[in-house]
Amino acid sequence: MNVATNPRQLVANDDGEPALVSEFLAADRREPVVHFTGVAKKFGTQTILDKVDLTLRQGEFVALLGASGSGKTTLLRILAGLDQANEGDLRVAPNRSVVFQEHRLLPFRRAWRNVLLGTRFGRNARAVAEKALAEVGLAAKANSWPKHLSGGEAQRVALARALVRAPALLLLDEPFAALDALTRIRMHALVEALWAEHKPAVLIVTHDVDEAILLADRILVLKDGRFSLDIDVSPALVRNRKAQEDAAEDVNHLKHRLLSELGVSTGAQIQ
Amino acid sequence: MSTVVLQTLETTPQRELVPLRWYAPRNVVRFLLPVAALAAWQTGSATGLIQSQTLPSPTEVARTFVELFDTGDLQAAMPASLARAGAGLFLGLLIGIAFGLINGLSRFAEEIFDSTFQIVRLVPFIALVPLFIIWFGIGEEPKIILITLACVFPAYLNTYAGVRNVDSRLVEAARTFGLSPLQITFQVLLPAALPSVLVGVRYSMGISLLALIVAEQTNSRAGIGYLIFVASGAMRIDMVVACVLIYAALGIVIDLVMRLIEKSALPWR
Repeated sequence: MNVATNPRQLVANDDGEPALVSEFLAADRREPVVHFTGVAKKFGTQTILDKVDLTLRQGEFVALLGASGSGKTTLLRILAGLDQANEGDLRVAPNRSVVFQEHRLLPFRRAWRNVLLGTRFGRNARAVAEKALAEVGLAAKANSWPKHLSGGEAQRVALARALVRAPALLLLDEPFAALDALTRIRMHALVEALWAEHKPAVLIVTHDVDEAILLADRILVLKDGRFSLDIDVSPALVRNRKAQEDAAEDVNHLKHRLLSELGVSTGAQIQ
Repeated sequence: MSTVVLQTLETTPQRELVPLRWYAPRNVVRFLLPVAALAAWQTGSATGLIQSQTLPSPTEVARTFVELFDTGDLQAAMPASLARAGAGLFLGLLIGIAFGLINGLSRFAEEIFDSTFQIVRLVPFIALVPLFIIWFGIGEEPKIILITLACVFPAYLNTYAGVRNVDSRLVEAARTFGLSPLQITFQVLLPAALPSVLVGVRYSMGISLLALIVAEQTNSRAGIGYLIFVASGAMRIDMVVACVLIYAALGIVIDLVMRLIEKSALPWR
């Protein structure tokens, strides 16, 4: 199957409206939006990615964990098209967008014009941008300059900018790391709601184990340039705060497993 | 147990927020020193402490302004000087900004041009006046070329730095959204570099005035520099002082104009 030329037919029709996703829920029927085999990347003598295989399917919400320097940002940059791998077979859906740790809004464009960066919606562009901003709860800030937005607001504009092009793959590079704890909680709920609405495949790079368990249905751990762990969150717990609270023991078990994989020893391991 | 002596922290009553008016104390204080200096000058002249041949009094200088206006000398000199400075500034900005953009955007162009620009920049333009007179004569050309040369470098350096220092993370974001290099140039690099370009324009404007003064001191037949030349020949100190004040006023006007331009061109700052 040729992913590169036919990536978005199952997720969205040409109007950018989400299609019925329920009929594709069976994992085997969802087409890959990323298909990497043997992807390697070196900087000098240092091996960052050591022949990595990775498949992401439509609508998957995948968290990528890794300690600093584990290569997770490199992987995301390769996925985003910002860096090139040295070798390997890389196939990826063409319509993908990125939200970075910093909002990276153009300071000289108002919020709604930032949302439209690089798009061609023609005459109703402004309406499209305003709709996207309304979705992230910022309809009132469409005319604001980025300088006048709070950190959380700017990041929401960045989310609207990423989603307005109906991406098959949404890449999130530690998008909440710079936000305060309360704003982060709100952003988790927002990202979850946006994902439920648009159903892009999401790859979120994060340091935060709790964030990964809370949001993702699949968690990858990158260690020394390889995936040391690739596990599915049990379906009953996925994005279900109530169930996660009720099954605190299971969640803690998962959390400690991830932490120990990340090289953080916890008391629970000894028990 | 040791005893802890608690320190009392001061409190201040809440202050009323009143809009700042021009006659608010802090604004009045700014004018105190200049006004006092002017008063001292006037008093010194009136008491004979400052000789009129050394430095005429403010009122004398004011009278000279009226005289210059009545004889039409001022009206004749201003356009001549402004045309010179304007022409040199225009050419200097054109060259400086153009090369700043090209060298900022293209590594190849930078390697060809930048080192040469840096070498020429280090030559004090005032030192070239005698050469320019030999090469270009004593007409308008050496004057305008001198002003142009002086204006090129502030514009060039600031434009170049502005383009080079654009946050690379913005460029990256634009790349992930599929912008072509040409689109990135026009939609990201140039607008992001604009504040720096305008700083360069402001510096160039200031230096165009400086170059104008230098250029006008030699063999002018019109302009404020010519007025100074004639006045000093006639020992009219009051007129020399008046002309110096005109130069100062021009500098202030340039600054005000640039502030207005920056405010309207960069509403997002």
